[in-house]
This record gives sequence, C-alpha cells and structure tokens, in this order.
Amino acid sequence: MPPTSPSRRHLLASMIAASGGLALSPLLAAAPPAPLLTRPVPSSGEQLPVIGLGSWITFNVGRDPQGRRESVDVIRQFFAGGGRLVDSSPMYGSAQDVIGEAVQTLKPAQLFAADKVWVSGGARGVAQVEASRKLWRVPRFDLLQVHNLLSWEEHLPILLAMKREGRLRYVGITTSEGRRHTEIEKIMASQPIDFVQISYNALDRDVEQRILPLARERKIGVIVNRPFRQGDLTQSLAGEPLPGWAADIGCTTWAQALLKFIVSHTAVTCAIPATSSVAHVRENLLAGTGRMPDEALRKRIAQDVERLA
Amino acid sequence: MSEWWTYSLSDFLMFSSRSYYRLIESYNAAMWPAHVLALVAGIIVIGAIARPRQNLQRLAALVLAAAWGWVAWAYHRERYAEINTAAPYFSAAFAVQALLLCWLAYRPGNAAPAPQPLTLGLSGLAIFAYPLLALARDGGEWRQAEVFGIVPDPTVVATLGALLAWRASATLWLIPVLWCLVSGATLMELKIGHAWLLPAIALTAVFARVMGSKKPRDLNSTANPRS
Repeated sequence: MPPTSPSRRHLLASMIAASGGLALSPLLAAAPPAPLLTRPVPSSGEQLPVIGLGSWITFNVGRDPQGRRESVDVIRQFFAGGGRLVDSSPMYGSAQDVIGEAVQTLKPAQLFAADKVWVSGGARGVAQVEASRKLWRVPRFDLLQVHNLLSWEEHLPILLAMKREGRLRYVGITTSEGRRHTEIEKIMASQPIDFVQISYNALDRDVEQRILPLARERKIGVIVNRPFRQGDLTQSLAGEPLPGWAADIGCTTWAQALLKFIVSHTAVTCAIPATSSVAHVRENLLAGTGRMPDEALRKRIAQDVERLA
Repeated sequence: MSEWWTYSLSDFLMFSSRSYYRLIESYNAAMWPAHVLALVAGIIVIGAIARPRQNLQRLAALVLAAAWGWVAWAYHRERYAEINTAAPYFSAAFAVQALLLCWLAYRPGNAAPAPQPLTLGLSGLAIFAYPLLALARDGGEWRQAEVFGIVPDPTVVATLGALLAWRASATLWLIPVLWCLVSGATLMELKIGHAWLLPAIALTAVFARVMGSKKPRDLNSTANPRS
C-alpha cells in the first residue's frame, strides 16, 4: 500500500462541529477522530482527499426549492467532513447551478472545482466553459475535463493553453463504463494531461490491466466515477451480510467496502460517489478513513462482490 | 456517438424519480386551477368521440391542439427542460402535433359512424383514471397527479383515443406513438410500476387502427344516421 497522508481536517471532529456539536452518539463519542486520507495529484503533489463528490442525476433537481435545499445540505456535509473535489458537467442538467448555489451559500475555501467541457467544436467549448463557470459561481475551475472525449482534439489544446495562462490548474479527460479505452490510453500516452476519469469498481476492473498502470507511469491522477454502478451494485448487495473482513477495515456498510476497494488502489487519486442523501455522504467519507485493504484483501473483496452481486 | 452499442437506456436518464415527480408537483401547484378547465376540455373530447358530428370533431381537435401546444410550452419548455436536456426537442415535437391537430380541425374529413368502446375507453382512461395513477404509485400523492391538458402522458392517451375514433391519417399518429415509447422507457428506467401502460396503450391503439378496415362514413353524408 502506498503511504496516504491524513488531511489536517479530521472527519468526525468536523462533522460534529458542522452539526453544532449536537447529537453526539456514544459511538462517536468513544471513537477517536479519524483522518480523511489524501493522495497527491501526481503532476503537482497537491493533496486531495480520496473521497470526492459526483453530481450525475443526484443534483439535477431543477428549480425545486426542497431538492435544492437538500443538495446544498449534502454539499455542506461533504465540506464539513473534509471533502474537496466536486465534479459536474454541462451534461448534468441543473446540477452545475445547484452546486453554484451551494458555493454561494457555503463559500467553501477548500473547494476543488472539477467540471467538464461537453460540446462539439473548440470555440463552442470556450463559451460553454464560461457559461459553466458562471453557473458554478467560481472565479476559475481547478480542473476541466473533456467529457467522454467529445471533440478532444479541439478542446485539449484550448484547455492546456488556459492552464499555461493560469486560468485553469489541471486538465483531464473522461470516459465511463469502459468506453473508448484504447483512445483514452493513446491520449494518456501522448498528451500532457493531469487527470483521467474512468469507471472502476469491484466488478468492473478492466482498467487495472492497462489504464491504471499507465496513469502511474505517466503521473496522471485518476478520478473514479460510478463506484456503485449507479446504485445497482449497492442495491444488489443490500440483502447480503457483510463478510468478516469488513470489520477489519472498519466498514459497516457495503458502500464503504466498495469505496475502500477503489481508493486503496495505488493509482487512484479519488472516487466521486454521487448522492442526494446527507447520511450517505457521511458514510462515503468514512470510507476514506482508517485502515485500507491490502492487495490480498482487495482480491478477496472483488471475489466476494463477484459472488454475491 | 461512438461505440453507440455500448449505451443503454439508463445512460440517458439524467434525473431521479424523486426529481421527476417533484417537478410535476410544483408544476401542478403553479397551474392550479387550470386543471378544472382541462377537465372541461377533456369532457369535450369525450363528447366529440361519443357523438361523432363534424362540428364537435372540429372543436375537439382544436381542444387537443391547444392541449398539445400548452404542454409543449408550459411543461416541456418551461419545466421539463430544467432536468432533461432533451425537453426542448420534445417541446418542438408537441408543437408540431398541435399544428397537425389544427389542420385536422380545419379539414376534419371522415369520422367513424359510431363510437367504439376502445376509443371512449382510452379517452376516459386519460381524463378520469390517469390522475389516479399518482395514488397507486409507491410514495405518490395527489399533488403529483398527471392531468389531461396539463402534462403529456394523459394528453397523448386522450389524443390516441380521438385519432382512433376519427380514423386519422398516419401522420397524426407518429408523434403520439413515439412519445408513448419515450415516456414508457423513461418510466421504466425510473422503475415506475406502470411504465408498461403507455407503450401498451399505443400498441393497442395502433393495432385497432390497422385492424379497423371498415371505410369511414362522411359526417356530411345523409347516410350517416347520427348526422
């Protein structure tokens, strides 16, 4: 296992602080504050918590005031728990605007804003990035990724130029559900990108063969989307009791075990589970704390999930 | 879209059932009491099917055109587009159907000599029973009721009943049938229990239309016992 450094923020202490110190359960009172683990961005060394926050479907609530309040609460809890990286896309409907509302309300100093460009044509990409930035209510993005490689030949040079000019900190590309991996590999091998976003979980492990080793070799950060196969994986495991190894790595739920499987891979920078539930954010963040599975246990987790899901 | 065969329906679903029904709920609240007017409009459509006279058919076709136009603008463009990037295209399709229905009102042509149980059944289902589906759904409530002339699904079902009764040409069927497939697929991905209903209705209506080989009588003809 690679060394992981604890963030200065301690997860439980932060959560307690965020809730005004109320409802301190005996369990929490007895537990020492657990540090949220971080990984360095390979190209810069900047530390990022291993658990981020996705926004596909969950934050697309339109103008619904209740849905927006709930989404802001989720983001509030995420930051309070030490989270930093929030990921979205122009493809996600109203999600960018909902995140922007949270940014405006919470003014989170630690936000790592990761968005995407998702349009044909470079010129339209520039306009889309600016529209997205306004929706996010941020002065600039930390990371911009070419969504699903759409027009990547046109977008990448523009994003890399933005990075050189200091208008952007990192550049990346994304795919999901195993699509276009050959092309992803070619770009990783030939372009000076900082991040690649891919789907990876205990069942979908193709990326272990080539993409994750290549990311390590080329010093490219890896963001993992769809860690629960959009909820299908946790749903299919819901009725199964947790195996004995779960307690050894401090997991009380399948979701935590699935996340620990992902973020314990040495090439992974962070996973970005999406949720509309404050309780699930807490649960996900806890997966970024404590003991991580070693290689032998990772294999066993994959075998068990394959057998049970 | 490369590797298109690797995409499934779920890849295109960009909102949760919770967001979807909350949207209908807030839209209903904003539209109220237009629902009363919509009910009256729906009864006019049923009346036109029950008593096939040309003037009534013209009026009902205009009512349906207004319903499609309203749904195109107020629902698809102003509301659904908040959570579905495809909604502006749906809005355009509904606007086209509204124009086609206006054309039908202008040139009503022939109609069936007598109302068929299926045509009345479809329209009745759309106008009276469809809103009750909200109560049958897990976690559903009456504020999320889907009402003819306000939201797409019952509007489309009532239209299919009318098109079947009036033996309308295939051009008028295309958009309603496509919508039944799109909406059915959406509800299926949202894991809504009655997702099968809309495609089943479309299939039934199309089958009845294809099988209805009797030549319609002209409403202007004196041979029509009801004219």
